[in-house]
Amino acid sequence: MIDLIIFLVLLSLGYFFGSWNEKRHFKSIRERESKFRPLKVIGSRRVPEKYTEVESTVVGGSVVISIDYFKMISASLRNFFGGRVSAYETLVERARREAILRMKEDAASWGAQVIFNQRIETASISKGAKGQIGAVEVYAYGTALRSTKSSVASPVAV
Amino acid sequence: MAELIVTNIETVPGKRIVKHLGMVSGNTVRSKHAGRDIMAGFKNVFGGELKGYTELLNESREEATDRMRQQALAIGANAVVNVRYSTSSVAAGASELFIYGTAVVVE
Repeated sequence: MIDLIIFLVLLSLGYFFGSWNEKRHFKSIRERESKFRPLKVIGSRRVPEKYTEVESTVVGGSVVISIDYFKMISASLRNFFGGRVSAYETLVERARREAILRMKEDAASWGAQVIFNQRIETASISKGAKGQIGAVEVYAYGTALRSTKSSVASPVAV
Repeated sequence: MAELIVTNIETVPGKRIVKHLGMVSGNTVRSKHAGRDIMAGFKNVFGGELKGYTELLNESREEATDRMRQQALAIGANAVVNVRYSTSSVAAGASELFIYGTAVVVE
């Protein structure tokens, strides 16, 4: 009986705090994404000829996001029936968008004009085994370019 | 530390590569301490970012990068191109961060 009560309390705590947290996080992600939109990220490895007087460096951003109790339970139910695990889809999406934003923040503070060859690395901290922490880590990195001429400023001021 | 340019594309934009010196790499294996693990256990109920882990991984990544930089400088390079990062979990609770690239000399 006690076990059932603890389970239900954890489940509802996970549901309310988890979805509240997620909503707030998505809101902040959308706001910052529109702020950093002028700083372009280009997937190509080749840098066009017009960038001649430039400096470059690697920039990166990472984030570790944990699942909540409700997601864990709903995902394990999903595991039984099969199909889309939407609880995890939003988790990974959140982490990825956050990591890209942090990379852009890093680049903007360095004074970057453009980022080339963005790569995203995803790793699970643990596989969500019993007594283990279920979390996903995303690291986004790329090569940032900035002009050596002081007249050309970064598109996003930090 | 001396100036060393690191990029993850094949070239250093705006500069010409005059010599290739081969691969350089750096790695580190870190484990999280118990305090962080307990806090993360709480977070597992509510969800959200695990700031302790984010910091830990950032520190390890910096350390791995530093090792690669030192190796590159030791063989006389002034830039490392085409770097890649990789993360793998070696054992429960410990993860390895590995970074590698090609050391070059640019003009």
